[in-house]
Amino acid sequence: MSATAERIESDLRELVSFRVAGQDFCVDIMSVREIRGWTPATLLPHAPPHILGVINLRGSVVPIVDLAVRLGLPAMEPNSRHVIVICVVGNQTVGFLVDAVSDIIGVRKSAIQSTPDVTSEKTRAFIEGVIAIEDRMLRLIDIEFAFPANGRQEQP
Amino acid sequence: MTSSSDIRQTFFQECDELLEALNDGLDEIAKTPDGGGVDTETINAVFRAVHSIKGGAGAFSLKSLVEFAHRFETTLDEMRSDRLAPTADVMKVCLRSADHLATLVACARDSVEDTSGAGLELHDKLAALSATPGQAPVASEPFRATALPVDGVPDLGFQPLALLFEDLAPEPVAATYHIQFTPTRQLFANGNDPVNLIRGLAELGEIDVQVDTSALPDLELMDWAESYFSWTVTLRSAEPLQAVQDVFEFVDGCCNLVIDVQLPVPPPIPTEEGPIPDLVASAMTPRAKTPVAPTEKTAGQSKGTVRVDLELVDRLINIVGELVINQAVLAQRVQNAGLSRLSDVGAGLDEFRSLAREIQEYVMAIRAQPIKPLFQRMARISREASDMAGKSVVLEVVGESTEIDKTVIERLVDPLTHMIRNAVDHGVESVEARKAAGKPEVGCIRLTAAHRSGRVLIEVADDGAGINRPRVREIAVNKGLVPAEAVLTDAEIDQLLFAPGFSTASEVTGLSGRGVGMDVVRSAIQGLGGRVSVSSTPGQGTTMAISLPLTLAVLDDMVVDVAGQTMVIPITAIVETLQPRPGDIHRVASLGEVVAVRDVFVPIIDLAETFGLRARSGDYRNMVLLVVESGDDNRWALAVDSVRDMRQVVIKGLEGNYGHVPGVAAATILGDGKIALIIDPEEAALHARQQPALPAEPLAEEN
Repeated sequence: MSATAERIESDLRELVSFRVAGQDFCVDIMSVREIRGWTPATLLPHAPPHILGVINLRGSVVPIVDLAVRLGLPAMEPNSRHVIVICVVGNQTVGFLVDAVSDIIGVRKSAIQSTPDVTSEKTRAFIEGVIAIEDRMLRLIDIEFAFPANGRQEQP
Repeated sequence: MTSSSDIRQTFFQECDELLEALNDGLDEIAKTPDGGGVDTETINAVFRAVHSIKGGAGAFSLKSLVEFAHRFETTLDEMRSDRLAPTADVMKVCLRSADHLATLVACARDSVEDTSGAGLELHDKLAALSATPGQAPVASEPFRATALPVDGVPDLGFQPLALLFEDLAPEPVAATYHIQFTPTRQLFANGNDPVNLIRGLAELGEIDVQVDTSALPDLELMDWAESYFSWTVTLRSAEPLQAVQDVFEFVDGCCNLVIDVQLPVPPPIPTEEGPIPDLVASAMTPRAKTPVAPTEKTAGQSKGTVRVDLELVDRLINIVGELVINQAVLAQRVQNAGLSRLSDVGAGLDEFRSLAREIQEYVMAIRAQPIKPLFQRMARISREASDMAGKSVVLEVVGESTEIDKTVIERLVDPLTHMIRNAVDHGVESVEARKAAGKPEVGCIRLTAAHRSGRVLIEVADDGAGINRPRVREIAVNKGLVPAEAVLTDAEIDQLLFAPGFSTASEVTGLSGRGVGMDVVRSAIQGLGGRVSVSSTPGQGTTMAISLPLTLAVLDDMVVDVAGQTMVIPITAIVETLQPRPGDIHRVASLGEVVAVRDVFVPIIDLAETFGLRARSGDYRNMVLLVVESGDDNRWALAVDSVRDMRQVVIKGLEGNYGHVPGVAAATILGDGKIALIIDPEEAALHARQQPALPAEPLAEEN
């Protein structure tokens, strides 16, 4: 393999894009484990509003995050058409509730622009950057920041 | 390269076992006052342990370890050959040496130098002990079984062991055994039945059983748990004595047993050797009449074990957990499909269930380990701590065979170490203070472990002066943890010890700074799903109690509905369930409701309200109350909407992917594949109370 090919490979990021509350988002495909339909979650007491509860994922207990609420958007009314994106970071597994998964795209790192300076500090912490694709703006989510972080996240 | 490091690893694993045996043996000897009547085999076992460590260390050229082990071995050899009496002082040095040996082994394992500096001092002490004039240490003949009486050392009570029964064993001569068997109360308490023992004897040969009922009192005086009978069994059998003793193996220690052997008059043997009359004579020696003691054979052999990577076991436990859940799912589906439990499929499923349960039980047993090694480690900690603090303290250990999940044991080391050090440093008073208070000079710390209602209870109790509550309060006020005018109950003051940042700074010593660690202790125990509590009586001592879940695996649970959510409550916590009549419920001002349970008022905790699922209604007419009890006898009535089922559930951690939820112990997966939360009743109740009442949090906010 030539040096150029290697460079191109490392330059390319594959992302899974999805829609949440009418906006386009994406996460790095390496952190996505699977995508499944919505099943009712078991409520967790004393949980912050963006935690919908926990579901059984083949024997492990996985918390579900309402990504809309996490990003400061209006809460969703989950139904069977909604989708859960199961992500893993480190040794934690979390599911993110989204409206629909749209696509898998490959973008060059150079195509990822830094987050425009219009959002609040809190939201910017979750958004790693933005990507322009066919008239749309994809917001790249920094998955680690969206994690419930051992349940002791900052209260809004 | 790999194989040599493998061997090295095996050596260190063996060292752990040998050190355990060494400590066991030394404790045994130390318990006997002035060494009178110490079993020779115990001393031999101690000697062998040190000798084996020395041998192994030599193979790996661990010089300092070899040197010290050699010194120690020499001293033990003196003791073994009766030239050195195991007095209290001698045993103290030996115990310290065993500790040091453990330190050296640990240093060798981690390839670091021992910096404790205790080595030289102990080395000298050991040398002084074994410097009996004119006696060169004999280390080349390690496995001599009997002790030789030596002139000049007065009667130490060592009796030569007649081990001739071993030789007797192969003789197929029918002997007559007279067995006197008197069970104690403990035997019945342990669930043994004398009938089974007598049946066991009947399998060995012809028996004649007589029961002695003379001790039986009148009916009204009788204690139903007491043991009043004794049996005399005459057994004619060709089996060796060992086989007869084996029948009683499991009731060892909870019965008085005297086995008397009579060999039949031997048929005339036309040889001049005549060994049999000798044997008859020795069989009639007092040895044969003494209660059964472990023979060398059983003491010398350890059970065969396999070393397995803990991770493999963990994975196995997880998979078996899945299997049990899967079985429940399957059973539910079969039921949903309209097949009766009496059908072939249903019967097959029942068999499957019992198999799955059995597998699970055995798999769990793999990971359950006696708490003994941990307690031995604590004995060492207490010795070191009392040396450093210049106090004399004995550690009394009870229940060291209590089995706990291995992962739990490992995570108990740090908190328990801290608690023991605290007990030595702050709990037990100085010798002068003890004298002044009219207490024995030697302080006593009791370390106990026991299973209680599905949990493991570990207690560290000292007989010291108790918590100095005015002082604790004063410090808490100075630190701004409580306002100066706050009125605190004794229990609330005791709780302050666990407050983060609380430290009785003026008392901090090199050993432990109480308070720096107690909040850490508490969070470590909470991380294991346990609780720590403290109780103290001025002048009589302080008791710290840890209550832990038995395992991180299975539970018997009651499945309940709470505001549309399915939750499970451990059955071990539930004392009773009741449907309240309106007249049973009383309101206490604005604090909440209580229910009268046979004239005792129990506070009601509405789970739906506690967990924020529904606003408080105060109307419990259509609800079910589960009366739960905590380790320290507090009772609460948990209000739930309905009780659905009782079943065994597999515990799934919530903390890995999410975090700790107050009042929730863990989660589980029900037959329909949904997750249900397992409630920790005590924590839920405390949490519900905490919101308005407990002093710690609101007070902290005020400052």
